[in-house]
Amino acid sequence: MPRLQSLEDLEARRAACVGARDPAKPCLALCAGSGCTASGAPEVLAALRESLERAGLEGAVELKSTGCHGFCEKGPVMLTWPEGTFYNQVAARDAKEIVASVSNGRRPVERLLYRDPTSGERVQREEDVPFYRFQQRVLFGNNGRIDPKNIDDYLGVGGYAALGKALTGSTPEQVVDWVKRAGLRGRGGAGFPTGKKWEVMRAQPATPKYLICNADEGDPGAFMDRSLLEGNPHSVIEGMIIGAFALGAREGYIYVRAEYPLAVEHFRVALAQAEECGLLGESILGSGLDFRIRLVQGAGAFVCGEETALIASIEGHVGEPLPRPPFPAQKGLWGKPTVINNVKTWASVPVIVNRGPEWYAAIGTTGSKGTMVFSLVGKINNTGLVEVPMGITLREMIYKIGGGIPNGRALKAVQIGGPSGGCIPASLIDLPIDYEALTEAGSMMGSGGMVVMDETNCMVDVARYFMEFLEEESCGKCFPCRKGTQRMREILTRISQGQGAEDDLKLLEDLGWMVRETSLCGLGQTAPNPVLTTLRYFRDEYLAHVRERRCPAKVCKQLITYSIEPTLCDGCHACVHVCTTEAILGEKKAAHTIDAAKCIKCGACLEVCQPKAVLVT
Amino acid sequence: MPKLTINGIEVEVERGTTVLEAARFLGLPIPTLCHDDGLTPYGACRLCLVEVTNGPRSKLQAACTLPADDGLVVQTHSARVERARQLLLELYVATTPQSKTIQDLASRYGVTRVRLTPEFEDCIQCGKCVRICREQMMAGAIGFAYRGNRRKVMAPFRPQSDICRQCGACMYICPVCELRCHGAEAETTLCSGCLNFAPACLDYHDHAMCFLDPCVACELAGPLRQDLVWPAVKPPESPK
Repeated sequence: MPRLQSLEDLEARRAACVGARDPAKPCLALCAGSGCTASGAPEVLAALRESLERAGLEGAVELKSTGCHGFCEKGPVMLTWPEGTFYNQVAARDAKEIVASVSNGRRPVERLLYRDPTSGERVQREEDVPFYRFQQRVLFGNNGRIDPKNIDDYLGVGGYAALGKALTGSTPEQVVDWVKRAGLRGRGGAGFPTGKKWEVMRAQPATPKYLICNADEGDPGAFMDRSLLEGNPHSVIEGMIIGAFALGAREGYIYVRAEYPLAVEHFRVALAQAEECGLLGESILGSGLDFRIRLVQGAGAFVCGEETALIASIEGHVGEPLPRPPFPAQKGLWGKPTVINNVKTWASVPVIVNRGPEWYAAIGTTGSKGTMVFSLVGKINNTGLVEVPMGITLREMIYKIGGGIPNGRALKAVQIGGPSGGCIPASLIDLPIDYEALTEAGSMMGSGGMVVMDETNCMVDVARYFMEFLEEESCGKCFPCRKGTQRMREILTRISQGQGAEDDLKLLEDLGWMVRETSLCGLGQTAPNPVLTTLRYFRDEYLAHVRERRCPAKVCKQLITYSIEPTLCDGCHACVHVCTTEAILGEKKAAHTIDAAKCIKCGACLEVCQPKAVLVT
Repeated sequence: MPKLTINGIEVEVERGTTVLEAARFLGLPIPTLCHDDGLTPYGACRLCLVEVTNGPRSKLQAACTLPADDGLVVQTHSARVERARQLLLELYVATTPQSKTIQDLASRYGVTRVRLTPEFEDCIQCGKCVRICREQMMAGAIGFAYRGNRRKVMAPFRPQSDICRQCGACMYICPVCELRCHGAEAETTLCSGCLNFAPACLDYHDHAMCFLDPCVACELAGPLRQDLVWPAVKPPESPK
């Protein structure tokens, strides 16, 4: 691969990439993201390849494994180009039929098309699927089109054009100004204005300057950064090179969790390709800009997502945060000015340069611009990755894109912003999703985790779960976070076991307030959010636990009992077979009973009982 | 030279001074557990928190690590600071009730009731020993191991380090193990009557009650106790 020496070389290479590809040539783009891989994409890929070979179509049809398309619930998913037909829940046995449809007049395989759950109709094109229709996929749009391991694919969809534009047609000050005017805010969670951070860093006289891409995504249930690195690593690299140009950095780091092997692999490949093409290294595109990126793997500490702890970890120290100020932009990696941004923030930079800051700033609300990526999980029909303009309401998110709550249950709360986000109650469903509105409601934007909960979730239990996670992940450096999270978890456990007192609620509020106000870093300062928001919005549920020793959602095991309603029980024995502790007694065809002393309240009998005779009280 | 306002008093300090040093220069008492003049500021005990106002927003920040910058407006004993310190000290007493230093601090801040079960931990992880070993003794024989709740000070991998000269600096500087209250049962003592006659009785937990019978402090008349509590602090307010 020859090194690209100038912008002309880049455009010539792009033209060659586009020219080499016949737009009418059929292409099967199978999602090979982590979600679809788990639901069987590798087998489907092998079967498709085999079917193509058998049909003698290897040359005529392109087969591509791409990054995450987002609709993980229906995985493995695939797209066929050029029509853009969207197939979901594809299995290896469907390969032959798909290949046949490609060769004979392109009639789509009807049964693999997405079926609208309300109308029951099949939808052929991806953009007509409700899950995608209401999204605005600025960062993730190319995930379904390109092979992340092939730089030519990225060039073919206009990749590195923003870099060319920045390097040849603008000054570093202009690029910073664009980012500022676009209103881009840090996508890692705190929402600090990126342009302002860049300006502070630029103003520092010290050299060298460093860039860091924070890919230490650790929230349970969040996989946005992971999917972007797996599916479109070059967009992040391009953003960082533009950043290097704007900020005068010669060296960049990306800090990825070691738990993301596929992201690490794809990013490594992308780095090697970019270096080979001369997009990283010395005098990029003949501009005189030197920039290299090193990949550092994190060892799995949640707190290393905090910027100062992350920097300490890169330097080889224990991942513990340092007090700010000085901020990393003033004194960061190796004591030098460092800009540290999230994966999505870096990936937004080429978009802003390409489309212009005005275009970007037109998306979203007054204070929050652009799109935000959420991983929509929990009690929701359409689990997956969702990219929406800022300011969309929770209602649109859950019912239009998410397809509502399964089994016709009622929405209870949405937990936004990862473990240290807050629970927004169903009554605030028309809340617009932007930085300010969420903070006001006691939650936060966070990095984009969105866990939907229905009436079968106990809010005390939810708070206890998140506190357990945060206690485990607290680094332990500052006292309030180390002991405060532990004490709050102990109190919540006590309440969920029916041993709580009403005074405990006040104690929780006091501790929560104190931990939030006094902790050293963002982890501790946000750790009490799940407790404080559930206390604020679901106090009744806490009171039921402490006053009546009752769990209204029937989750807390110490507060519930399983019994069998004799008039409903048909004596089918199904529950007897699944009970692991032999707690269910009774003859066949006669009403059964549960021995409370033996019952471990696992709920297995409840699931198998056809006449719904098992009662939880 | 940066000029800042502390409790309404304008003060000009040398560049590189911390807010804690500036406040102490003014004679304002700010409690600390992890700070020592000869050691790098660490910011872990959080007791030196002050309220820093910046435009419409104000925030609690650790004074020991906060550089005294031009135009800072600092409150060292605002209601918010006092409440945070009281709650912190309540948690400190619950963690290390046997420490006289902590008892005295709690007492000084009017913490009279501890609502959490006492744990009797020996170490508050202020990191003074780790820092004095590395920075003053040039040894670096001990450090922190593990994370969160399980974090502790130890020599790497082994109980005894090769480079430890057994100089005792770590013991000398420890703020919690020095000077335990010598009562009948030192480990469970929570009476700080010997300091100022305002004990932090753990009326919530029977097994951690003040051991003195009759309690010297409790036997004293109310007004006297009030006079000796310093500084006078109001009970915590409810959160808004």
